[in-house]
Amino acid sequence: MTFVYPVDSNKAHPLPLSPEYKSSIKRAPNKPLIPMRHTLSELTGPVYGHETVREGDNDLTRQHAGEPLGERIIVHGHVLDEDGRGVANSLVEIWQANACGRYVHVRDQHPAPLDPNFTGAGRTQSDASGYYRFVTIKPGAYPWGNHHNAWRPAHIHLSVFGHSFVTRLVTQMYFPADPLFPFDPIFNSVPDEKARARMVSSFDLENTQPEWALCYRFNIVLRGKNATPMENT
Amino acid sequence: MQDNGITPSQTVGPFFKYGLTPNGEYVWNDAFTNSTLTPDVSGDRIRIEGRVFDGDGVAVPDCMLEIWQADAQGRFSDPQDKRALPNASFRGFARCGTDKDGSYSFETIKPGVVPDPDGKPQAPHILVAVFGRGMLRHLYTRIYFSDEAGNAADPVLALVPADRRATLTAVREAGKPVYRLDLRLQGDNETVFFDV
Repeated sequence: MTFVYPVDSNKAHPLPLSPEYKSSIKRAPNKPLIPMRHTLSELTGPVYGHETVREGDNDLTRQHAGEPLGERIIVHGHVLDEDGRGVANSLVEIWQANACGRYVHVRDQHPAPLDPNFTGAGRTQSDASGYYRFVTIKPGAYPWGNHHNAWRPAHIHLSVFGHSFVTRLVTQMYFPADPLFPFDPIFNSVPDEKARARMVSSFDLENTQPEWALCYRFNIVLRGKNATPMENT
Repeated sequence: MQDNGITPSQTVGPFFKYGLTPNGEYVWNDAFTNSTLTPDVSGDRIRIEGRVFDGDGVAVPDCMLEIWQADAQGRFSDPQDKRALPNASFRGFARCGTDKDGSYSFETIKPGVVPDPDGKPQAPHILVAVFGRGMLRHLYTRIYFSDEAGNAADPVLALVPADRRATLTAVREAGKPVYRLDLRLQGDNETVFFDV
């Protein structure tokens, strides 16, 4: 199948400059991006096989001697294209804070404990239908100094590849009905309310495992439409 | 329920290193390194290095760069490139986090000529995606090479004002297979970024 990547789809993304998010002020280009046609360079992209993902890399609760503290959760869903078709064999990488809202990164020094049983990094590959699944711990909210009393809503960072270099996506998955949403300039950098809602996972009771873990569903929709759509459909 | 439309981008943030570019400093293993080289790869081996700066000219120590490129024959390691050699282990992708002084480097090969949609040759080039704290979506740019005569006729460089093309051109160091290119996210000599 041949794919096209309408540039219009990019309107869902935040603009580079979002002054409420202070770090964007000196890191957003001042000059307009230069439009160009997609060439073979843009229309192709890295394909990574199972050698990149080891057994168990999608379970962040089993990377250490003991179990991490916090609320064990399942995060699953499909990597999809804009026509709703599953994107098979796509690498999905995640990283996140622990249950206390603390990252293992050396530059996160806020006064919340590290968990010796939790690193917070994982990866998996979507299957033939685009399905992916992680087991992890629900991350905590954390303060970040962007403005007075600034707290990030709980989120999991995701990095996804897809069919080409222009489908590359790094985003954050949020949890339903977080009271911090109205106050977060990163979440609100996405101008359209419906597009913001696509970054929020939904609680999935059906796949919640009794006596073990709550489940959240999160579909990741990448750019890409069929270049030769069927007629009369 | 999620409606139609793509998932919006969010910043990679300041804390991605332990997940995406641990490079021996964290317990997690690297899926990718800053090298595309494989034992069987043919072509001229080169190093590309430089630094990333913000709008104040301050080095950006928490940036991640990813590159995507063709092999020395101009073929991509992707089944969508019907000309690709199926048996080569070269993948053409690499990832590098910037250092404390904003520096990055890639070990790779000089890519070959790739056609544009009209079949016109593009000069050898590498695609770059730039991620960082403060960047709500990654930016796309390209690396061209100062010693390629084909730059003058490249259809993508032709879209760029002549006085900005140098921001896309890595300069070869005398006598060494090393090219240098600094990226400037904003301000004077701002790197050209493409709307793709």
